[in-house]
Amino acid sequence: MNRSHRLRTPAIAAAAVAAAMIAAGCGSSSSSSSSGAATASAPGITATQILIGSHQPLTGPAAPGYSEIAPASNAYFQYVNAHGGVNGRKIKYTYLDDGYDPAKTVSDVHQLVLQNNVYAIFDGLGTPTHLAAVSFLNSQKVPDVFVASGCDCWNNPSKYPQTFGWQLDYIREGKILGAYVKQHFAGKKIGYFFQNDEFGQDGVKGLDYEIPHSQVVSRQSYVPTNVNIGPQVAALKASGAQVVVSFAIPAFNALLKLASLKLSFSPTLVASNVGTDPMTLGGLLEAFAKKGGATVSGNALTQGIITDGYLPTLGDTSNSWIALFKKVHDQYDAKAPFDGNVLYGEAVAYAFVQAMMKAGKNPTRADLVSAINGGLPQGPAVAPYAYSASNHSGITGAYIGVIKKGALVKQGPVYVTDATPAGAVTAFTGSQQAAPATGMP
Amino acid sequence: MTLARHLGAALVAAVAVWALSVSLSAFRDYQIADIAVYVVAIAGLTVLIGFSGQISLGNGAFMAVGAYATALLQLHLNWPLWALFPASAAIAAVTGAAVGVAAARLRGPYLAGATLMLAVALPSLATQFSGVFGGDQGLPVTVIPPAALGAAFPLTRWLAWVNAGTALIVLVLLANLARSRIGRSWQAIRDNETAAALAGLNVAGLRILAFVVSAACAGMAGAMLAAYSSQVSPGSFTVTLSIALLTGAVIGGLGSLTGALWGSLVVVLVPTYVTNVATSHGLSSAVAANIPVAAYGVVLIVVILIFPDGIQGGLRRLFGLPPPTAAVPLARLNSFRRRPPASEHQEEGTT
Repeated sequence: MNRSHRLRTPAIAAAAVAAAMIAAGCGSSSSSSSSGAATASAPGITATQILIGSHQPLTGPAAPGYSEIAPASNAYFQYVNAHGGVNGRKIKYTYLDDGYDPAKTVSDVHQLVLQNNVYAIFDGLGTPTHLAAVSFLNSQKVPDVFVASGCDCWNNPSKYPQTFGWQLDYIREGKILGAYVKQHFAGKKIGYFFQNDEFGQDGVKGLDYEIPHSQVVSRQSYVPTNVNIGPQVAALKASGAQVVVSFAIPAFNALLKLASLKLSFSPTLVASNVGTDPMTLGGLLEAFAKKGGATVSGNALTQGIITDGYLPTLGDTSNSWIALFKKVHDQYDAKAPFDGNVLYGEAVAYAFVQAMMKAGKNPTRADLVSAINGGLPQGPAVAPYAYSASNHSGITGAYIGVIKKGALVKQGPVYVTDATPAGAVTAFTGSQQAAPATGMP
Repeated sequence: MTLARHLGAALVAAVAVWALSVSLSAFRDYQIADIAVYVVAIAGLTVLIGFSGQISLGNGAFMAVGAYATALLQLHLNWPLWALFPASAAIAAVTGAAVGVAAARLRGPYLAGATLMLAVALPSLATQFSGVFGGDQGLPVTVIPPAALGAAFPLTRWLAWVNAGTALIVLVLLANLARSRIGRSWQAIRDNETAAALAGLNVAGLRILAFVVSAACAGMAGAMLAAYSSQVSPGSFTVTLSIALLTGAVIGGLGSLTGALWGSLVVVLVPTYVTNVATSHGLSSAVAANIPVAAYGVVLIVVILIFPDGIQGGLRRLFGLPPPTAAVPLARLNSFRRRPPASEHQEEGTT
């Protein structure tokens, strides 16, 4: 007893000294990269390089599908670097894994900003994850561009002047789908199925702006941690819903479809773009059915799902943007399938290069923010961006599409709208410019 | 005497942390705050396992209780930081007492299973009652350095001070507790429950107390985590966290408070360091993303093979020091046996 008594006491001090040595050893590796040449105009920018960072779910529950996005963005940056870079500088993209854990996102972002000295955070993925980082980024005046989430919360220029959304936000998407449902399913009974968080609730908000409340017979929500959605589907069936509008991630659209099948309930399914990448959804349907001992065809089950798209359809090979992104994909990211996630990653990377080009030859961090505040040309999106000093949401519209034989087929015009209750959903009269022949903005 | 020595050691450590925090970069300050969170959580777990011989796979859930307590008390009552920390620890301790009452009746794998259930179930309450707990987005927590330190004082340094200071206070308290009558009684229970009961110890009461202490530490760590990451959300308190705490306790050396520090350093620094190495060597992202997890596993296996009693045990052997009475090799760990050997003998005798 006495012996151990003596040993234990200096242990805390010894450990602290050891910690000091370890931390000091690690500390020497960080150094500021922004000194030297006259063209090093901001942290992370040297005469030859632009360093940007991101947090991505490379492992964990959100990894399937979403983990393809950052490598696809990087593929486009490599293409740009091989074609002269941005004003002679090459883009270096460091993305860290946060496993979709907000606490890990916070530490990733601190590492990127304080240690790696990144110029900007680009395409940080996820609503709960990025919400945990957004105050820190704005307090440090780090450009926080093109968050990979359709939450309306990124459009808050007075509180978060550094933060910009990119993809069609869920309220606008809800309005566009809602306007379509109102027009094409007048008098039918409508049921909602949505994820009970910002994503689903924003979507429902948009739907409610358009669809008459008297038509909505049932509102069922789910949480992503509980895969038993039998009760919700039974309630939808009992309500007599003829059309089900879904704001759900792919896995829950698959569960919804299979549970409906089991109850011989076959409403018309209208679903958010987020959950309907045909390749992902079809694969999930087959995998889930196999687990339950049944064989289904993904293509047969996804047939006829009505959804929307804010980027050109993958199957439209005559589209110059699809041709460009396919070429870049084949050259730099060929191991990944050319699916909706890859298209997303390349398109958002294109938007970043557009913004950097506009920010000037020797940009500061503020230059990038004011460049985007001045608006960006439309690029690969089917509708214009909303960017201005008072509006930080991105793409403003989408087309309605139907899944046929495992591919999204565009139906009718592109619709644009805003995120307010009163703003009308109107057909977009402009047209999409072709991709530049060089593939560079 | 003991108290004076512990306080002296803590003072030396505090000076070391202070020197580090002012000389290192902001990110290192931030890592100090992160490591301190794990030191407290792992120290709480190592006391439970190493001293009282009970296992918990649910300390991540107690951390969640502490973290949400911090967020809710700040949000609704606007309590200052110095009041939030102990209050959160106290609330987690009450939860720990409730669990401890059930745990005192369970042994080995049954106890592990019951506490694991807690780790799985508790965080999903946040999404079930999203009106109170903010759902997946969680709740914000605001920490601002006191005005007296000047407007330009870096937040990261303040977080390092707050968390490291709290960790040192907790370590001093735990070290004293371990040296006390209670600590010795826990060891008696761990080594032979029947003999301890015959000697007049209140076995059930002491086992519950160990759970309370462990949960209080976890709750404190949760409050520190909330301050450090300026938010709480269910995504931070998955089963993985509870397993990471157990891993840290085993790697550091069960029953050793210094070991808790080694364990925390491994848990926090190895993944970061390995990610940096993996990405700088241009590995494909699918490979690089999984390397930290693999490295973690390799470190665990190597430590268990070479130092069965953890890094702290290995260091003691390396310097020829005898093991302290509290340290317990994994193989001897009572809690994985269904019954302590003594009671088996007893049963043989009576039948």
